[in-house]
Amino acid sequence: MTQNAELGYNTKVEGEVVHTRVDAAINWFRKNSIWPMPMGLACCAIELMASGASRFDISRFGAEVMRFSPRQSDVMIVSGTVTYKMALSVKRIYDQMASPKWVIAMGACASTGGMFRSYATLQGVDNIVPVDFYVAGCPPRPEALLDALLKLQEKVSKEPVISVWKKAS
Amino acid sequence: MANTHEIQFGEAAARASRAAEDLPDLQGEKMVLNMGPSHPSTHGVLRIILELDGETITKATPDVGYLHRGDEKIAENMTWNQFVPYTDRLDYLAPMANNVAYALAVEKLFGIQDKLPPRCQYIRTICCELSRISSHLLGIGCFAMDVGALTVFLLTFTEREKVYNLQEALTGARLTTSYTRIGGVARDLPPGWVEQCRKFLSEVVININEVATLLDRNRIWVDRTRDVGVIPKDVAIDYGLTGPNLRGSGVDFDLRKKQPYLIYKDLDFDVPLGSVGDCYDRYLVRMEEMRQSVNLVRQCLDKLPGGADNKSKEPVSIQDGKITLPPKGKVLSSMEELIHQFMIVTTGVNAPVGEVYFGHENPKGELGFYINSRGGGTPYRLKIRAPSFVNLSVLPYLLPGHLMSDTVSILGSLDFVMGECDR
Amino acid sequence: MATSLELAQQLKAKFGDLISEPAEFRGELTVTIADAQRIGEVAAFCKAELGFDYLVDASGVDNYGEDPRWSLAYELFSTTKNVYLRLKTHVSEEKGELPTVSNVWRTADWHEREVYDMMGVRFIGHPDLRRILMWEGYPYHPLRKDFPLAGKPTELPEVAFSKTTPMEGGPFVTVSGGKDSAAREPRIRIPED
Repeated sequence: MTQNAELGYNTKVEGEVVHTRVDAAINWFRKNSIWPMPMGLACCAIELMASGASRFDISRFGAEVMRFSPRQSDVMIVSGTVTYKMALSVKRIYDQMASPKWVIAMGACASTGGMFRSYATLQGVDNIVPVDFYVAGCPPRPEALLDALLKLQEKVSKEPVISVWKKAS
Repeated sequence: MANTHEIQFGEAAARASRAAEDLPDLQGEKMVLNMGPSHPSTHGVLRIILELDGETITKATPDVGYLHRGDEKIAENMTWNQFVPYTDRLDYLAPMANNVAYALAVEKLFGIQDKLPPRCQYIRTICCELSRISSHLLGIGCFAMDVGALTVFLLTFTEREKVYNLQEALTGARLTTSYTRIGGVARDLPPGWVEQCRKFLSEVVININEVATLLDRNRIWVDRTRDVGVIPKDVAIDYGLTGPNLRGSGVDFDLRKKQPYLIYKDLDFDVPLGSVGDCYDRYLVRMEEMRQSVNLVRQCLDKLPGGADNKSKEPVSIQDGKITLPPKGKVLSSMEELIHQFMIVTTGVNAPVGEVYFGHENPKGELGFYINSRGGGTPYRLKIRAPSFVNLSVLPYLLPGHLMSDTVSILGSLDFVMGECDR
Repeated sequence: MATSLELAQQLKAKFGDLISEPAEFRGELTVTIADAQRIGEVAAFCKAELGFDYLVDASGVDNYGEDPRWSLAYELFSTTKNVYLRLKTHVSEEKGELPTVSNVWRTADWHEREVYDMMGVRFIGHPDLRRILMWEGYPYHPLRKDFPLAGKPTELPEVAFSKTTPMEGGPFVTVSGGKDSAAREPRIRIPED
């Protein structure tokens, strides 16, 4: 029994029956329907919207349902400068999201504060929420955001699900 | 067989008022609703604290400042050219217009506005008008998306991608262009750009007409925007509104006509005005402004000094080593240019003592820069008069009396952007 | 068509010594009001008689180290006559307040709130003078010259917190108003506090 929780499926052998582990199946469902919570704050939000529009379709990867409700989303894409005034709202929305949840810090401002080294800008959203992926750019191209989304899908596909549930219960 | 029993519904409002007569103490208290900083229809991080009586708004208090990044204090610590990238991020939907506005304000301080070479002025005008088309496309797209017409958003974003292609070919970046420098622009038009631009213009007109067919006489759109958010003329001037918001109320004030800068004096265009001042008028003004901008860009492309390929090597910046960076070949071989390059990069272009205000017709309104300089390479005080900041101050007057769902129409029609409002 | 010089002279004729001679720079006219406490009357006259119905901008300048410390610049525009005029006035640090003009132009409401938030100048008679860009309860006024760009740490539970930004020795840039090239050299500037 391999520790690797990836989907093991061979069409020549199994045909229409998929014989796999629960972890792999659950992760496959999850990674192909990651619903982002767009924390669209500034200019990066426009590139986020552009990646949701027709040219760089984000719905090819199952993520076009940009729900602004934290209860219904999986990943929070922090796009734009987080100021100190906004910081606690971002934290509160992150806390309201249901596990499993991930965070993509999109752009220079969300990753480290960007070009705004001033009295009012939080120097990186990782001061308040745990970030899984940092996307560089000011603003990053939609292709870069999609790259981050694909890497997030890889990360999701490797998550141990059953062992975590067993440990929790 | 079930007993069928016909129910008379009658007029719902009449029933409600009869019920209200019987129970007068059902008039509840007002509810305070927080339309929070993270909300799909507030364009950016705007917080509005609404007091509602049922569905009707009785009081609205906007709370801005969630994107305040300290631009004005940063400006006191940056040289004139170093601040250009920060101006991109003000109204990030029309970055080239902000760049041009800042460059013109600093050039007014220096007194070199009339020394700009003609090719540079034409290129800057083309950039401003392309930004206007791009910003209005997004303004209308998001307005329609919030009201519920999702297709318009996808249609307008397709055209915006074409503007992004043009911007990327010209400046290297899709969104944050940082194109202008003090005394000119960063680089000349690349080969093939003019043809690409003309092709885009013919396509965007088709797209604008498509959006117009979808929305102009659409029953739902008209019902949601007609007579909603009416701003009378004197109120609009008193609250300092500018741009399509002011012109939607019927005030003929366009800085390109009243206080012309660049080459707008030589160009032929109309300024659309609204009559009622409601959301529908502001939408129509923006649609017509886009068509006028297409016309303006075509005129500029036809009259461009040096033509598409600039065979006559027209300059795109003032050829003065004290103001713009000298050509690199000269810098590496001649002493004087080396010193000029060194001074411009380290201490910044030396400004005279004085203060100026320059207002520029941005797509959102009048973007003004008040620069107080005490000499040297950095401003002593740079105040950015942001159109969205002033446009939002009309909300406490405008929102009360409307229904909760009209808030979305009004916010969409005011077309503000928080990057500019909070700086 | 009246020019801004004629209108400025009309203003000077009405108020006499309160208004300075109009100064011109780059095609713009600035008049200085000697006593900031009378800005209300001057503003009302400008709107009613001279036709300056539009307040474009109201900004504050911190002249740190000089007296009076605060300067305010009101940029006026007349939509009927198409001319600009700037009214400047000074407020000393001890006084720190002046009357509001939001009863003349309603747009001054938010501009004055911003000047209060950023500089700390109070406006007498303002309908709702509270912070607009920073959060309620933030103890400092950020655009003052003695406040560092990196900010100062504050803590207001449930509302907001702020920390000092790591500047790594920056901002490494010249000083505005340096009198010679030695003063204009870029160097690390430590905030004066």
